[in-house]
Amino acid sequence: MKLTLKVWRQKNAHTKGKFVTYPADHVSPDMSFLEMLDVVNEDLIRKGDEPIHFDHDCREGICGSCSLHINGRPHGPKHGTATCQLHMRSFKDGDNIVIEPWRALAFPVIKDLATDRSAFDRIQHAGGYVSINTGGVPDANDILIPKVIADEAFNSATCIGCGACVAACKNASAMLFVSAKVSQMALLPQGQPERYRRVQAMVEQMDKEGFGSCTNTGACEAECPKEISLSNIARMNRDYFTAKLIKEEVHH
Amino acid sequence: MNNLTQTFSSSLGKKLIMALTGLFMCTFLIIHLIGNLQLFKDDGGQSFNSYAYFMTHFAPIKVISYLLYTSIIAHAIYALVLTTKNKKARPVGYAMHNGAANSPWTSRNMGILGTILLVFIVIHMKTFWAEYHWGALPHAKYEVSLSDPQNVNSISLPFDGTEIAHADYVDVNKGVQVIVSKDLYRIVAEAFKQWWYVLLYVISMVALSFHMIHGFSSAFQTLGWNHNKYIPAIKFLGIWVFGVLIPLGFAAMPIYFFFFR
Repeated sequence: MKLTLKVWRQKNAHTKGKFVTYPADHVSPDMSFLEMLDVVNEDLIRKGDEPIHFDHDCREGICGSCSLHINGRPHGPKHGTATCQLHMRSFKDGDNIVIEPWRALAFPVIKDLATDRSAFDRIQHAGGYVSINTGGVPDANDILIPKVIADEAFNSATCIGCGACVAACKNASAMLFVSAKVSQMALLPQGQPERYRRVQAMVEQMDKEGFGSCTNTGACEAECPKEISLSNIARMNRDYFTAKLIKEEVHH
Repeated sequence: MNNLTQTFSSSLGKKLIMALTGLFMCTFLIIHLIGNLQLFKDDGGQSFNSYAYFMTHFAPIKVISYLLYTSIIAHAIYALVLTTKNKKARPVGYAMHNGAANSPWTSRNMGILGTILLVFIVIHMKTFWAEYHWGALPHAKYEVSLSDPQNVNSISLPFDGTEIAHADYVDVNKGVQVIVSKDLYRIVAEAFKQWWYVLLYVISMVALSFHMIHGFSSAFQTLGWNHNKYIPAIKFLGIWVFGVLIPLGFAAMPIYFFFFR
């Protein structure tokens, strides 16, 4: 396959970037998108040019490191896959491919296609955990959890924090991510003691980071490589309003 | 910051206000449509004019109407605040963005649709609401026969400087009930005879339709009411009742007056 890549190149966070066009002539349809970039980078290194920076780690769709806004869509044209699991057979010979970094105030570009997504980490630090040491192992059936609830919590927990939801959203809103992280705990008994404190702290941090707010377009759900559902956002809203307007968590 | 101001200045709190004011305006649409169906009644505007008087002078309805004006203003202001903030959240845009691949058109254009609706509301209220309250409105006099209530003699009176909005008395000598009221019906009929006004209404009702198709169910999602048991009913209401039936009903009024009156 022969492709033409239009890649965003930016030296660092403080300089202005621009698009640079590169030919990719030795592409096999069986390569993953990242492997294709590796090949392009090898050519660049051989020529003495600076290789294209992009985030990647596990390359099996579970770490959430890879990103890339490919031809106008986060993680490219395939549904429910991360860029690392997008294969070149999804493109046609002779295609032009536009590759951009995630675009959001809260995700500043570090270099080229790599963005700083530590805003997500700070949201997690604000409350996305259970702050009790686990202690000994309880009896298997000590804490009963209905199967549907366990499944729902697990579905929320599959979020890999890649940021595709923010990248896809016209408002650069992080609500799908935050709501998945809120939900995975809110659904399970272990998450209950801190449930209402958690949602308030995480939403507050989300706002501080400069993400936009949700307009329920559903773009995040459609582009999420882990197919996290919009119902998480409704659950987060419910918990947040309950915490703010109904639940009392103060001494009198 | 105290708890309440913090709640309503958060991103979720602002959305809560959008959802609540939006849903309140939705309930108003139902009442407004049902009431205005009286325009189709062929009685020289008697029932419509009496209804207009009732809606502007019955105290509980006045309270609700002020709530409605507040809702319209709050909905528009919060939309502006949220949109500004959302634009700031992505200072550098994408060179290539395929929004159609992952979201419906209506959901991405609520701001444009809402702006059309706001312009419409201003023109609409200027022509009818402001005119009814402070304009030099002609009066209509209806003489309803006491022996035969179907026999109504309607007389149009020009504006004579009186501020009477509505009067209702029985003339025993003549054997008629006399109703005199501000003739809003005539103002409506005259406005709906102008082609550009009819066009404005039809375009605005198309905008209303698209705004409702996304907005109605979206408000429930924001409130966190998304149980699988009632979501299909909300989706149905949002699309077929608020997105189709109500805009069609409203659009039918200017079209009816323009072509058939």
